[in-house]
Amino acid sequence: MNSVPGIAFQILQSVFVVLAAPLLTGWVNQCRAWLQNRSAPSILLPYFTLAKLFHKDAVFARDASPIFRWTPYILFGCMWLAAGIVPVLATGLPFAPAADIIALVGVFALARMFSALAAMDVGTSFGGLGARREMLIGFLAEPAMLMTLFTAAFISGSTQLTTIVDTLAHREFALYPSLAFAAVAFLMVLLAENARIPIDNPTTHLELTMVHEALILEYSARHLALIEWAVAIKLFAYMTIGIALFLPWGIADAGDWSALPYAFAALAGKLALAGAGLALIEALLAKLRLFLAPEFLSTAFLLAVLGMLTHFLVKG
Amino acid sequence: MASSPLAGSLLVAVGWLAVAVLGLVPTNNAFFARRIAFPLGAAAGVALAAFGLQAVWLPPQILTLPLGLPDLPFHLRVDPLAGFFLMLLGSVSAGISVYAAGYFGNEPSGRLTLISLQYHVFLASMAFVLLADDAYLFMVAWETMALSSYFLVITDHQQPAIRSAGFLYLLIAHLGAIAILLCFGVLHGGRGDYTFDALRAAQLQPAWATVAFLLAFFGFGAKAGMLPLHAWLPEAHPAAPSPVSALMSGIMLKTAIYGMVRVIFDLIGNLRWEWGMVVLTVGAATTLFGVLYALMQHDLKRLLAYHSVENIGIILLGLGMSMVFIGFGHAAAGVLALIAALYHTLNHAVFKGLLFLGAGSILHATGLRNLNDMGGLIRGMPRTAFYFLIGALAISALPPLNGFVSEWLTFQAALQATILQHGVVRSLLPLFAATLALAGALTAMCFVKVYGIAFLGQAREPAHRTPVPHAGDAGRMERYGMAWLAAGCFVLGLFPSSFLLMLNRVGVSLTGQGLSEEALAGSGWLWLVPTSAGQASYSPVIFLVVIAAATLLTFLLVRRFYHGRVRFAAPWDCGYPEQTSRMQDTADAFGQPIRHVFGPLYRMDRRLPGPEDAEPRYSLKVEDRHWYWLYLPVARAAEFVSSKIALLQQGRISIYLLYSFITLIALLVFVR
Repeated sequence: MNSVPGIAFQILQSVFVVLAAPLLTGWVNQCRAWLQNRSAPSILLPYFTLAKLFHKDAVFARDASPIFRWTPYILFGCMWLAAGIVPVLATGLPFAPAADIIALVGVFALARMFSALAAMDVGTSFGGLGARREMLIGFLAEPAMLMTLFTAAFISGSTQLTTIVDTLAHREFALYPSLAFAAVAFLMVLLAENARIPIDNPTTHLELTMVHEALILEYSARHLALIEWAVAIKLFAYMTIGIALFLPWGIADAGDWSALPYAFAALAGKLALAGAGLALIEALLAKLRLFLAPEFLSTAFLLAVLGMLTHFLVKG
Repeated sequence: MASSPLAGSLLVAVGWLAVAVLGLVPTNNAFFARRIAFPLGAAAGVALAAFGLQAVWLPPQILTLPLGLPDLPFHLRVDPLAGFFLMLLGSVSAGISVYAAGYFGNEPSGRLTLISLQYHVFLASMAFVLLADDAYLFMVAWETMALSSYFLVITDHQQPAIRSAGFLYLLIAHLGAIAILLCFGVLHGGRGDYTFDALRAAQLQPAWATVAFLLAFFGFGAKAGMLPLHAWLPEAHPAAPSPVSALMSGIMLKTAIYGMVRVIFDLIGNLRWEWGMVVLTVGAATTLFGVLYALMQHDLKRLLAYHSVENIGIILLGLGMSMVFIGFGHAAAGVLALIAALYHTLNHAVFKGLLFLGAGSILHATGLRNLNDMGGLIRGMPRTAFYFLIGALAISALPPLNGFVSEWLTFQAALQATILQHGVVRSLLPLFAATLALAGALTAMCFVKVYGIAFLGQAREPAHRTPVPHAGDAGRMERYGMAWLAAGCFVLGLFPSSFLLMLNRVGVSLTGQGLSEEALAGSGWLWLVPTSAGQASYSPVIFLVVIAAATLLTFLLVRRFYHGRVRFAAPWDCGYPEQTSRMQDTADAFGQPIRHVFGPLYRMDRRLPGPEDAEPRYSLKVEDRHWYWLYLPVARAAEFVSSKIALLQQGRISIYLLYSFITLIALLVFVR
């Protein structure tokens, strides 16, 4: 497992996720524009935006502390780590045993904590508002995510994501009722964690509703670019976790170069579908009032717990 | 003999007593306490940690001291369990003692001498609790611990609020002590031998064993702060000086956990899974209530006290799971849960000690305890802010620090539920894991609030904008103390498998079984493997290295390919130029969504201004419901009963003579 090809696969996947993540964001934006009957921007627009932001001069608030300065880098580092853990292209990556699903949820929590702290750093009222709302969403989304992953862990008898995916990918095709519950819960968590409609609207700066945008209001230039990029990687990582758990077929084993083209094609197809699906959800739904967000997420939490109980009841 | 851990630990405990007494001799000499007593206490702590560590790996040792009552000598014993807790006591108290040397630096000498006396007696009594091998010495040490900490709590006894907090603490401590005493009585069964060996050998009937379990659980739970006996924590911790709060929350609560494990796992033995379910239920309730009430606090030390309640709940969850597994005969899984609980015990001691010390430094520098008055402290006290951040990340169970490891182990234990035979229990265990997940995320929210409001942002009240007199960073000794505990957060977080192996020894000594061979084989310094490598593994070192490397690489790449130009400007005001520092979130505002979601759990008294008010005022009071449904009725009942009994007290000698006469007659009738 710790062979040269394995490590090559690991590096390939990490770099691939980081580089490809903005493409997914561009694809979702394009689909959404089509669904809203607008002429769509280029799928490469996120890359252009990032390049533009990197070239600009950064502006800091006068009282910004080191936490504010370092958070974009820490966020990016966390997401990069996540990109290395999730089996996107292959299972059995050499780095995978270093962090299981609980640690993966921990990585996202670490990133969330730092972005909330950075938002409160300058001391504007919007930053505090964003941090408070972000943590409100996080405190329900995080356990729901854990419970979803636990359902899969119970089925495969392991908390290693790579073992889970192996087990689920190589089972005979059967409908697991517990996984169905978990899938719905996971979708809800994905929407909430990635600041998507119906929890948050990534395209608005309206103070009554914004969550994620309020968090990063103070950032500019390269720091903003890193955060936007990290957000894209996060969406990519969540989508690939979902794919790995619920549609794992076609994934390669680490070091198996011959399976790689097929794994790429399968992943691209699944992500294209998932991105279009996300755009469809966003086009169909309206944003919820902020105080309906806890209800939305507690539904997700209860569904995930129900899924887990179902596993114990029907053994499936 | 001198190198044996038992003699060494005894020497340290006696050394602490000696330091305590010596402080009294050169009267009015604060220099002694500051420069010699506290540093000496810290050095003794380090030595105790080393002896404890040694004891974990050695077979149990016993010693009988020719002290105590005639025919009732003190028995001492050190086994892996006691060794582990001695290590906890020694290592954590070392950091706190160093800090205390700096913190108490400005105390007037008379008071300082007294504090030093009580402080070191407190430490020594905790050591004796851990060393005791008979119920008699245990209770003596236990009560000494309660009393010395009581006097430390009421250090500022001039304030009535502090006196009443101390009284509440003493009251609940003694309720617990009575239950523990009764528990020993039940175990002892009238044979006249109170050594733990005799209690261990006693064959109890199941019903009596359950009674003993309930008494021990209640008694030690009162000291640990489990629901609903937690009420003294949020009162006593803020009242005490900060190093004392750190000692009480970090270590004293842990002696209660020690007692619980010692009596339930070791002395009573024959664990039943039903007991485990009781512990789990109480633990889950304690966890949730603790964190939800912590979110409502704006007094920093009260908030930390509620978090201690929460963390005790997490430890109870681990203990409960362990009892369930062992009760069903799955010793390996039971040991894993026990390890998770004990690991969390150590972790909580380290990070909560650190956080209380940080709160003490803030209090020292600014005189503030109310979060709503703080803000922007990171600029005046960057070092304290750094250490506090480590503590905040650790308690929020974020990898790669220590809080995460023990929660991870607890989750792993819960995921073993599939091996249980009992269907209901099997599906209930994951629910308790869900509680833990919820509490972990809420803790993160709470510490974003604490850190964001205290250290980040702008100073809230103009009065405090120009720093309060002598508001600077923490002093040198204070920083060393905090650095010691912060380093502990890293060591425990990054090298968990050495502690896992150590705790496995404790598990083996208690249950006769340990973790699976596969787990022991897989756990090198790099990898943490609780069951088998295929099931779960975690490597905090790799985790940290990758995250740090990725962060640095990003930084360097951005610098290499772009630039590092920065301009400074006023914060973006969103088009509202009239923003002031008072428009930032307050601690209460930050908790508002939680108040909204969990409204029924709180007792709220909220006054909103009407539209016509000339002087609009907003007030909000959130209180603990337990006061109203449990404590106040009991207090009222006690008052009622005593007022009735007071009728007997007429204050006239003839009446009392009449009582004596009636008693005599009654005795003559009944006894004959």
